[in-house]
Amino acid sequence: MIEARGVQKTYPGRPVLRGVDLTVQDGETLAIIGGSGCGKSTFLKCVIGLVRPDAGSIKVDGTDITKLTRETDVAMYRRRFGYLFQEAALFDSLSVWENVTFGLRYLTNIPASRYRVIAKDKLALVGLKDVEDMRPSELSGGMKKRVALARAIAAEPTYILYDEPTTGLDPIMSDVISDLILDLQKALKTTAIVVTHDMKSAYKVASRIAMIHEGRVLASAAPEIIKTTDDPYLRQFVDGLSQGPIKMKLKDFEPETAGGGKGGEL
Amino acid sequence: MNGHRGKASVVEDFGREAMAISESVGRFAFLVRSTAAWMLRAPIEWRQVLTQMLRIGVESLPVTTMTTFFTGMVLALQTGASSKHFFNEPLFVGTVVSFAMVMELAPVMTALVVAGRAGAAIAAELGTMKVTEQIDALYTLGTDPVRYLVIPRVLAFLMVLPILTVVADFSGVFGGWVVAYVKLGIPTSVYTSDNFENMEIRHFMHGFLKTFVFAGIISFISCFKGITTTGGAEGVGKSTTAAVVLSMASVLIIDYFVTAILSAVGIT
Repeated sequence: MIEARGVQKTYPGRPVLRGVDLTVQDGETLAIIGGSGCGKSTFLKCVIGLVRPDAGSIKVDGTDITKLTRETDVAMYRRRFGYLFQEAALFDSLSVWENVTFGLRYLTNIPASRYRVIAKDKLALVGLKDVEDMRPSELSGGMKKRVALARAIAAEPTYILYDEPTTGLDPIMSDVISDLILDLQKALKTTAIVVTHDMKSAYKVASRIAMIHEGRVLASAAPEIIKTTDDPYLRQFVDGLSQGPIKMKLKDFEPETAGGGKGGEL
Repeated sequence: MNGHRGKASVVEDFGREAMAISESVGRFAFLVRSTAAWMLRAPIEWRQVLTQMLRIGVESLPVTTMTTFFTGMVLALQTGASSKHFFNEPLFVGTVVSFAMVMELAPVMTALVVAGRAGAAIAAELGTMKVTEQIDALYTLGTDPVRYLVIPRVLAFLMVLPILTVVADFSGVFGGWVVAYVKLGIPTSVYTSDNFENMEIRHFMHGFLKTFVFAGIISFISCFKGITTTGGAEGVGKSTTAAVVLSMASVLIIDYFVTAILSAVGIT
């Protein structure tokens, strides 16, 4: 179980998380939705310990990552996670099978002689065949995401964190990746957090959806409830409307932050 | 009012810059400390070390050899011309070329060329890995960028730069011989006897020991600039430039102090 309480993070001159409270139950797939720059990816990086929160706590199976200071303890903590990066983050200098099995050397005691077989199995799980010896530069965007997914599940983690798994893919490939996530969640019985702003994907893969707005959790509910909510913020986001309370707030905000705020992320 | 604000702004800018530099120095020191800690804590990735040795060596050898070859030629030409002017014949050409190359020029020129070639490549590669989240991926896959990326590169530099420098010593002396023999008409036996007559092991060690210091400077600066890259493709370009400029300037500045220390302890 993942329990986040009052998580705050400020980048120079820009508060990103202003007190996030979220709980993810075992076996659950939580989708976190929200606009660009709202702090979803930062929260995910706080959970795995890539970003240290300024305040608050994040407990995973009772271990609070914010209290861990020794590198070895943080490394032990991270062992339970698989992480799918937004741009796949495959290692350019390694082949596909070396990418998939990269973590096994550090995270498991599996002998190196078995790596190639494991890579083939994991690639088959994500629907890829005969790509083991290719380089990441030879793969399409969708294939890269699948290889990254195979790498994330290779060491059989308890938790999988997906950072914008469908970003940059065409609508059909996005749906294929969403199906894949759903299948993997069922097959591996893992607990997952999926950060996305793709509502179709969120509805498909999530057992619960939480929306982050201005660094706080605005709402958290089952996808069926989110679909029919009357909350104007949620309604505007899930329907993808330019008019509404989020837009009004942004307009009030823009002139002061145009130089180094949200504009800086572009 | 505007004047006051202007002064305040200058002070503010200066303060901000000073803070940024101190922070960078602190983070650099932390990287060096962390590298030493990881070397003691975890097994070294020898496969990566070998890969990096080959890359640094193969990338740099042709250009370091050519650079020092021509430096040796220039030295011979200058020495020959000067001694002809003063003594009416080209004296001590072999002595000047060998001492200058072995004690100073080969180590420094090799370090500068390798900083521009391999140092830039390291900063660009690690910078790209940083901005494409590959460095974060290393953490999530159970390792650490210091262990997997920095240590192999630092060790490779420490092993390859001395070898490149020794090759450069010979290349420079050989370049000097070409000019001495072909242009100045100095017999080979005279040139080589000038080369080795007064040369002692301590003279060779003076230049050789410097290369380890230069290797440390270039590898740590290049890795540091690479893994602290921010700001996408533009950031990678800035880090690469900064790595080369800082490495070259540091090599030249620290060369003086290393020379002074080696001279003080009698290795000269």
